[in-house]
Amino acid sequence: MTRQDISEQLREIVRPFVQDEEALAQLSEDTHLVNDLAINSTDVVDIILDVEDRFRIEIDDEDAENMVTVRSALDLIEAKVRDRPSKPS
Amino acid sequence: MKQRVVVTGMGVAAPNALGLENFHDAIRAGRSGIRFLEELREKKFGCCIGGVPPLDEELKAGHFTPLELRQIKAHNLLYGILAADEAWNDAGLERQADSPTDWESGCVFGAGLSGVRAIRDSVYFIDSGQVKRMGGTAATQIMPSGISALLGGRFGLGNWVMTNASACSTGTEAIRLAAEHIRAGRARRMLCGAAETDGPYLWGGFDAMRVLTRKFNDRPEQGSRPMSATASGFVPGGGAGALVLESLPSARERGARIYSEVAGGYSNAGGHRDGGSMTAPGREGIERCIRGALEHAGVSAGEIDLISGHLTATRGDPGEIHCWSRALDRRGERFPCINSLKSMIGHCLSAGGAIESVALILQLVHGFAHPSINCEDPHPGITSVIDPECIPGKAREIPGMKVAAKSSFGFGDVNSVLIFRAFDKS
Repeated sequence: MTRQDISEQLREIVRPFVQDEEALAQLSEDTHLVNDLAINSTDVVDIILDVEDRFRIEIDDEDAENMVTVRSALDLIEAKVRDRPSKPS
Repeated sequence: MKQRVVVTGMGVAAPNALGLENFHDAIRAGRSGIRFLEELREKKFGCCIGGVPPLDEELKAGHFTPLELRQIKAHNLLYGILAADEAWNDAGLERQADSPTDWESGCVFGAGLSGVRAIRDSVYFIDSGQVKRMGGTAATQIMPSGISALLGGRFGLGNWVMTNASACSTGTEAIRLAAEHIRAGRARRMLCGAAETDGPYLWGGFDAMRVLTRKFNDRPEQGSRPMSATASGFVPGGGAGALVLESLPSARERGARIYSEVAGGYSNAGGHRDGGSMTAPGREGIERCIRGALEHAGVSAGEIDLISGHLTATRGDPGEIHCWSRALDRRGERFPCINSLKSMIGHCLSAGGAIESVALILQLVHGFAHPSINCEDPHPGITSVIDPECIPGKAREIPGMKVAAKSSFGFGDVNSVLIFRAFDKS
């Protein structure tokens, strides 16, 4: 899975929580989830659950606190996906 | 300074109709909203029928944003928002996300149980060590005040925002609390009513108590039989009713359409004496509540044109009629017209009084009494006190109707009665 793939999936996960269509259209790696997308802390909790489900990873509390920008989210997801144990055959 | 209180907006999500216009047609026609519910049969309920508002996915998508639908799953919250949005709009008020806080408007919106399916999911998550899977909105969907909290934010309300809970008298009590708050000069406008969820996780306790009818699973629409000799327990329902109440000066200032006046009301309890208990109202308490409401409203017993009873289709119905007859000192043909909306929508528990008040105001405004269906065989304990003609089997025109009363009694022997009066412009 490329960073681009992850980024596109993240955008879809975040989409329902963002009221401002324009902000979503301008999403970049520098975008700050709370400041730029006006996502509240309750929404972040639900976004993390969706990220866990979508990428089949687990995000602990410390990781969650570092997920403040799109860049930090992508870094985290990328690393977790890479380390994901492959399914037993 | 005491203010007159008027109703300027109404909204409803009931088992037999969504929205005021459909609801008006449905209650006039005596349309039942009671259906067989497969989920209850699968779970081995004795009573497999109930009243569920006809809210499908398409309607939901048309009214709520995708985010709201994702974060608000509790049925009481969905029904409550639908009814409140309609009432606010019906009152000619606008909802703007960026409007400043309105310090003169508040909300009293009751609940029985909130977010019971969220509670169920949470129990599974917690017991399997996955507490964080509950997500960001479990707490606010489960808290009883979830409904008033959501509505407060929806309309930018800055006055008193609270949820009351008094079992099946909740909806009627909410309207009374809101009206008294305005009457005392503490707010210009109050959104009020109640919303109840539906389904097995709320209704199970009642099925276990054997207070739900088990005899009409094959004839759902005939199951809710208030005042009938063949009544065998109530049919559970869910939904919401909402009113916008305002001080008369506030309504006049903005040229609002006025439906009726909330002339007065009364709430009390029977203290679990004189036949009262956790599950039944005592007679002395009911009579005092009725008399208290009349006195507070400045209305004489002879002026009442229509009563919307509590009348659930349990053994308590004849007792309620006796109480009304004694409190009003009216018997036989002199007893007013009386009906029970529960005959069409079942017992919507905490929301019952709110939905029934919306129906009562429609009847007052349009001068008719809706049919009390499934009462072709009135209970002999009722016809020994009042003329059977007092119970309309078909919609009955009551031109020039002036005064209508709503009673609601709840588990715990708690009572509320409201008196509505046709609006007199003088």
